[in-house]
Amino acid sequence: MRGVRVFFKMLIRALARQKRKHLMIAFTVGLGVSLATAMLGVMFDVGDKVNQELKSYGANLSVVPKGASMLGDLYQSREIDSGADGKANGQVDGRADGRASGRADGKANGRASGRADGKANGRVSGRADDGTISLDDNDYLPEDQLYKIKMIFWAYNIVDFAPYLTVEVQAGDQTVPLTGTWFNRTINLPTGESVTTGMMALKSWWTLNGAPGDDGAPLKALVGSELAKRQNLAPGSRLSVKGPNGLSRELTVAGVFHSGGEEDNGIVSTLALAQELADRPGLVQRVEVSALTTPENELARRAALNPGSLSRVEWDTWYCTAYISSIAYQIEEILPMVRVKPILRVAQSEGAILEKTQLMIVILTILTLLCSALAISNLVTANVMERSVEIGLMKALGASGLAITALVLAEILVASCFGGLAGYLVGLGLAQLIGLTVFGSWVAVKLAVIPIGALMVLAVSLAGSLPALRALLRLKPTEVLHGR
Amino acid sequence: MSDNILDVIDVSKIYGPVKALQNVSLSVRPGEWLAIMGPSGSGKTTLMNIVGCLDSPSLGRVILDGLGLDQLTAGELTAIRREAIGLIFQQFHLIGYLNALENVMVAQYYHSLVDEAEALEALAKVGLADRAKHLPRQLSGGEQQRVCVARALINHPKLLLADEPTGNLDETNEGLVMDILHGLHRQGGTIIVVTHSPEVAQHAERVVVLEHGRVASDSRGADFSDPSGASQTA
Repeated sequence: MRGVRVFFKMLIRALARQKRKHLMIAFTVGLGVSLATAMLGVMFDVGDKVNQELKSYGANLSVVPKGASMLGDLYQSREIDSGADGKANGQVDGRADGRASGRADGKANGRASGRADGKANGRVSGRADDGTISLDDNDYLPEDQLYKIKMIFWAYNIVDFAPYLTVEVQAGDQTVPLTGTWFNRTINLPTGESVTTGMMALKSWWTLNGAPGDDGAPLKALVGSELAKRQNLAPGSRLSVKGPNGLSRELTVAGVFHSGGEEDNGIVSTLALAQELADRPGLVQRVEVSALTTPENELARRAALNPGSLSRVEWDTWYCTAYISSIAYQIEEILPMVRVKPILRVAQSEGAILEKTQLMIVILTILTLLCSALAISNLVTANVMERSVEIGLMKALGASGLAITALVLAEILVASCFGGLAGYLVGLGLAQLIGLTVFGSWVAVKLAVIPIGALMVLAVSLAGSLPALRALLRLKPTEVLHGR
Repeated sequence: MSDNILDVIDVSKIYGPVKALQNVSLSVRPGEWLAIMGPSGSGKTTLMNIVGCLDSPSLGRVILDGLGLDQLTAGELTAIRREAIGLIFQQFHLIGYLNALENVMVAQYYHSLVDEAEALEALAKVGLADRAKHLPRQLSGGEQQRVCVARALINHPKLLLADEPTGNLDETNEGLVMDILHGLHRQGGTIIVVTHSPEVAQHAERVVVLEHGRVASDSRGADFSDPSGASQTA
């Protein structure tokens, strides 16, 4: 027991005697750990942060009726995949409601021929070589079932979703698409919870002049900037529209939006108005979903091709991970009448950006720790060299290499622990600073960083001490004790 | 099996072109006080390092307390240093951040069990009981050397090796240290003192003089006379 006391006495006295050196070691470790903690904190949170950032660029899942999806597949068209990004809305909508879709029809029959023959009843058909393909109510989704999207296993990862129904309307002397949607709808779930979702959050990059759309005011609409320019419309203007069923409505322009896409030539209104004009009460054509996802890996890619090919364990792993494919699968489970397709460009971008960002952070963290280890190496080596007589004396008195190593390492570890603790706290602050500066939000404190930080302190201290310890073990008492 | 505590047999130590020791042989009986004299560069310290298990000979053998040192590993040599040898240095070599008592206890710590009372008693024997809590820098040179002696004796070594133990001391402190060594000798302790001082050497029963790494003379105390030039060389 007294031996332990002597050890600690020597340790404390050695620490106190070489305060500046040990403070430098603590500072060096602290610096490395603070940067590493900040970067790891950001890395662990960067998935959510980047995901949230990317969510502002639109949805990453497109939900369509199975029938409409099969039509798209039949024509080998990929527009459904990309329809949710806005630019292809017209094409998807064109197929779904039968408006002329030159590309789809052209692919199917080798010529650009589309014919709207279902204006009266809202059904539309595209002509193929062997006849007419028509869309009926089975090619639509029931609006009252959409709440189920928020009831899947990964419900909390569904950030937003919005349904769409597009109908061609006569506005003045022009035929323009009018798309009905939820602007910002609050829906009540059977669980008792309520969620607010809609297009306004999904299309956050749109610029809007005027008021946003209002789900409670069916006669107020948003007008695309190109259409507004052609028809000289501004917030507060009146606009008369006439649906394919002959129904006319007098709309008030609540706002003029600019999306940079096809939507700028159309009107966005409440879903109720579009359903009324299209004669499709309670139905929607498609739903865009924005979900927080985990970057795709090999397992996810295999599952996306064929979930049945996975083993039980793989399936469980895949199902319980927020891969875009597993979320799509779960939506199809809960809404059997739909087909859910990842918008691959967005999903792949998310994965690639996340992987690259995280790789960069890991590399920076390793470099930071290497620099710390090098600095510690210099400090500890200088320390050992300065104390060579003391170490030589200990050896001469019969101290084993292990006993001396234990003492020197204990000094370094005590200094490193203090530095590491301080560095961890500073790192948490730095992470918040990075979070606020780069992402505009706080970075969640992840407990996993604590053991990783402790390991980093240990690894950096040991790695930095190795050269000095080697010198210490090789030191010959005869070379330092006889100063003659 | 020899009755000697130390047998140095035909030992040479060669550093490149320099032969620090050449075919040195000597034996030391238990309880004997031996002085090794010689001018600087004669190989005194090299011999002491080899006998003290701090260095190994290039040629020849050293048998300490019946153990051939050339057969032992580095760890075993460390254990011999810890168990059987007490070392006193000219420059004292106390650990600066430990007080006198703790400096003595360090030797106990590396040897076996730490006994503060025993360490205090060892300091009392060298007249430093009242200075036990003083740091080395608060002690005079003589006091520091007496702490060094107490540290060397605390584990009851079979062989005390003192390298110029009075080299940095004034006459009074030299007398005090020599009195302590006499006390140890009276109790049967074996002492080897390396010195270039004839006054210190005269306290020994036997004096071995080294010159150019060789034994120049080996005489009993009564027969010892100051070898020419030895006392003038630093």
